[in-house]
This record gives sequence, C-alpha cells and structure tokens, in this order.
Amino acid sequence: MSAPAASLYSPAAKKVAEKLGLKMGRANLEEFADTLLTLAKADRNIVAVTSDSRGSGKLGPFGQALPKQIVEVGIAEQNLVGIAAGLGSCGKKVFAVSPACFLTARALEQIKNDLCYSDHPVTVVGISAGVSYGALGTTHHSLHDFAVLRAINNITIVAPADNYEAREAVRTAALHDKPVYLRFGKAPLYTLPAADAAPFAFGRARVLREGRDVAFIATGETVIHAVLAAAHLEEVTGLQCRVISVSSVKPLDSAVLLAAARECRALVTVEEHMVNGGLGEAVAGLIAQAGIATRFKIVGIPDEYTVTGSQADIFKHYGLSMEGLAAIAQQLLAH
Amino acid sequence: MFTDRQLAQKSLQYRRSILKWIKHAGAGHTGGSLSCTDILNVLYNRILRVSPATFSDPRRDRYIQSKGHSAEALFVVLADCGFFPEQELETLCGYNSHFVGHPTRAVPGVEQNTGALGHGLPIAVGSALASKMDDAGFRVFTLLGDGELAEGSNWEAALAGAHYQLDNLTAIIDLNTLQITGRTSDVMNHEPLAEKWTAFGWAVRRVDGHDYAALTAALATPLETGKPNLIIARTTKGKGVSFMEDVGKWHHGVPTDDEYARALTELDGQLARLAEATS
Repeated sequence: MSAPAASLYSPAAKKVAEKLGLKMGRANLEEFADTLLTLAKADRNIVAVTSDSRGSGKLGPFGQALPKQIVEVGIAEQNLVGIAAGLGSCGKKVFAVSPACFLTARALEQIKNDLCYSDHPVTVVGISAGVSYGALGTTHHSLHDFAVLRAINNITIVAPADNYEAREAVRTAALHDKPVYLRFGKAPLYTLPAADAAPFAFGRARVLREGRDVAFIATGETVIHAVLAAAHLEEVTGLQCRVISVSSVKPLDSAVLLAAARECRALVTVEEHMVNGGLGEAVAGLIAQAGIATRFKIVGIPDEYTVTGSQADIFKHYGLSMEGLAAIAQQLLAH
Repeated sequence: MFTDRQLAQKSLQYRRSILKWIKHAGAGHTGGSLSCTDILNVLYNRILRVSPATFSDPRRDRYIQSKGHSAEALFVVLADCGFFPEQELETLCGYNSHFVGHPTRAVPGVEQNTGALGHGLPIAVGSALASKMDDAGFRVFTLLGDGELAEGSNWEAALAGAHYQLDNLTAIIDLNTLQITGRTSDVMNHEPLAEKWTAFGWAVRRVDGHDYAALTAALATPLETGKPNLIIARTTKGKGVSFMEDVGKWHHGVPTDDEYARALTELDGQLARLAEATS
C-alpha cells in the first residue's frame, strides 16, 4: 500500500513529453462542455439532458447561459435516455450526459431500443469514463462500455484522445443524425503531436507517428501513453513505432488498421477498458478475418477485480504508461 | 366525427382483423390487443391530430405504444386510418417483413420502436417536453399495460412528468388486470393505482376502457392545467370473444381453426346486432 500516485505520467514520461514539445491541455470534459455551449448558442435545437450530472459534466455555465436548452432528470439514467429519445424524436439534437459507468449499464436497454433501434439523433455522453473515478471503486468504473455498445447496431462509438479530437467529436456529433456515444475522462490531457495526421472524422483513425517495428493502436486517453512509449523506445532502442489514435472504436478504420497489421512487426492495442470486447478484440477480429497472423497484444484492464487506487495507480499497475507500454512492446518483439 | 355506434362497428371489425392476422401469422398477443382495441379506436378516430397526410408535420400529436406487444391492435387501426393497406399484414411476423411482433418505425404511422416494457412513458415525457420547449402545442399519448407498471422506469418518468408540469402528456393504463403469469394483483400488486399517481402529482381519471363516450371525455382535453394526465382504463383482456375474455392463456394464445371460427361467429353476431339496432 502507498499513497495515491499523483500523476498519470512519471518524471521520465514528462521529460519525453517535454522533448516532444507537447503542451498540457485541459480535461476533455471541459473541452466538451465549452464546445457544446458554443454550438448550442447558435442552434436552439441543441439540448443537454443531465441526471444530476450538470456539475460533473462541466455544464454549469451551459445551464446558466441557456436554461431553456438543458433538461434535468434527476438521478435516473433510464429516464435520461428515454427522455432524450423523446426529445430527439421531436427534432431536438440531444446530448444526454451522465457518468459513463451508470449511463452505459443502467440505461443500456434504453440506448439499445429507444435510441439505436428507433434511430434518433441523440449523442450519449459518457463522462468520467474508464477509471477516471479511480479510487471510488468498481461501481464508478466503466470498463464495459465499448463491449456492450459494440454489440448494438446503429451507434458510433468515439473516444477522443485529446482536446482537438474532443472538440471535433462534439462538433461532428452535433451534425450527425444518428446515435453516437462520446467517451470523456476528467484528467487534463497533453495535446497530441499530430502535424502530419489526418483530420478527425468519425470512422477514421489518425496515424500520429510512423514506424514499422511495433504499431501501438490506442484509443481515448491512453493514446498519449502510446505516443510517449514510441518516443521513448526510439530514443533508447532505436525501434520505430507507429502510433494510431483510434477515436472511432465503431466503425473501425479498417484501411489504416490493416495497413499497420501488414506493415508492422507487432501490434499492441491499448485501451482504458477491460480486455474483453473492447478495441483490442475488435482489431483482432478485423485482422484475423483479413487472414493476417502477427504478434499481437491487448493492453487494458484484465478480467479481474480491478486493483484499487487512483486512475494513475490503476494505469501504472496494468501497464497503461510509457514505461509499461514500452516494456510490453519489447517483450512482444522478443517472442 | 364518428358516432359511438360507428366506433362500436369499427371496434368489432378491428377485433375481427386482429384475430385474422394473428391466426394468419400463427403468433401474436391476442388478449392485450383485444383489451386496448377500443382505446386505440377512440384515440385514432377522435383524439389524435395525426393522419397519413400529417405524419411528417412536426406539430402532429404523438402516440407511443408502450405496451408494444399489442402491436396487432395498433397495426389494424393504423391500416384503417390509411397509413398502409391492411392486406400488407399478411406478412406479419414473416421473413423480412417490417411488421414484426412489436411496433417499429418501419411501419407507417408508428412513432417509436417499442416492445421492451417501461420505455414508452419516458419517451413520451421527452416528446411532451419538446412540444413545450417549442410552444408547438402538440399533445403526447402513451398506452401502458398494468403489468408493465412494475418496471421502475415508469416511476422515474412519473416524477419527471409532474416535475415539468406536462399537461400535454396523457398516459393511459390498459387495466385488464392480467399479465402472462396471472392476475397482476398476485404477480406484483400495484394498487392503490389512482392514489399512487395522484401522489406523484398527476391528474387521474378512471374510465371504462370500452366506453367510447367516457374515453372521449377523458382524452379530449387535458384534465388539469399544469399536471400530466393519467387515465386508468378498466378493460377486459380478450374483450369481444366470450371464451377469451379475462382468461390468462389468451395473453399470446393463437386460436385453433375451431376457436377462430367460433370467435368470428361471435363477432359477426355482434356486428349484425349492431346493424339491426342501427337500422
């Protein structure tokens, strides 16, 4: 036992980030809330629905600025999604905002039937996703959301990796006329080095770094750790690692992922999600059905009682860190 | 405007059609479709401001059938209202048909895909809120089964409907007192029903769910300003066919050839008596 880890980044990781010139941004949740407010000021049909989650969703300013465009349902996630469906069916562009852990489990049937099956333009926003609530324990973790939502037809699943992707994801969702799931954490994030990367789009993965030794295929707020691991490996070992930000867990960008599978010596998928049913298994299914056999490792939270501690503790424990990912990549190549 | 007698005639024809298509499909929810036939009849022929011509009008009234399993009743009534030719129901429950055993928006006239219970009321609350937000003036109706009330999501929505003072929202409970396992009061008692909804802040009225005039009076206008409306419609499961009435096995029973013939004879007899009384 020890005191909670203070940071998701070790001193060494921070140094690598500094060398890469990465700037620390803010939490994606804050980027989401600001972007939504800007969009909603210009479009009175944009409505936020919250389940006593206005504060945790950073929507206090939204509520103050646009009180007629926010609906509070109380602590009632099923009702949150049902009401969102009703609003969406009557011409509103709805963002239903609630902690990912409750929203995608308790209201799963409403997401499946009322939104996806009935096909209404509602964006389900899972806030404080993954193990953002770290020390609050398993009740507050969403390590199942990719898996359950991947098994539902007619929903786009998006986990933005930095403030740019978050902003673009919210803008894209507001224009989308189908159900969307957006997944946001609450820790501040580095802005990714993406000078040569493709612009954000639903269904598109972005190659943040080129390389043919290992491809890190990561999603959401783990992508930065893959970037740091790739830079660290290059500096220490000379290995050239590709880093792909898979913001769209569904639909997958099969062209980018299959190219990585064909061109790189090994694949490491990375996600803040249980290893069952998430990004890793989605990529495994894609490449196996394309007839590609390769060294492959899924990094995430294993199927066990999640270790207790802060988000940083949990990330470190399961190798979701620069050091952890670098070690896993090297082990995979050594096989 | 149809007279009560004309509605009575329609209901008998609806019941005939419901049985016909359930028999044809070899599947369906017979008892509940027959219990809510008169409610749907009054809604679509007297109350709802919706038609095939106005179905894309954002200001149309909305009807959401929360007790989705009574799809056959809804399909038959929609066909009669001209949303699609009734003959299309020959594909009911068939391969690649959009007439599945529960309502879907693939069927013209259906607002929402339902079937899992406890979903209609929250959606209706959201739709009624949208009407208020836009000052669009449309009303929203939803039909719930009494067994369905055990789903907790209904009570979340009951709170929200009252909290937002949705007097443009009307929930109708098809109180046929039976569910698949038996008497609703034995499976999970929900009484005292009126007192519960009143305590939740709803304006409540009890009606005979087979009385066209009483249903019309209860549904024509909101009961009370600032309160959502709850209509407890006392009905008989399997209504209109003597051997199906109030018998649990007809929840999703499909009539044999003999039972089907006897049921049609009964309904035709009622139609003949109605015609006789009219002439």
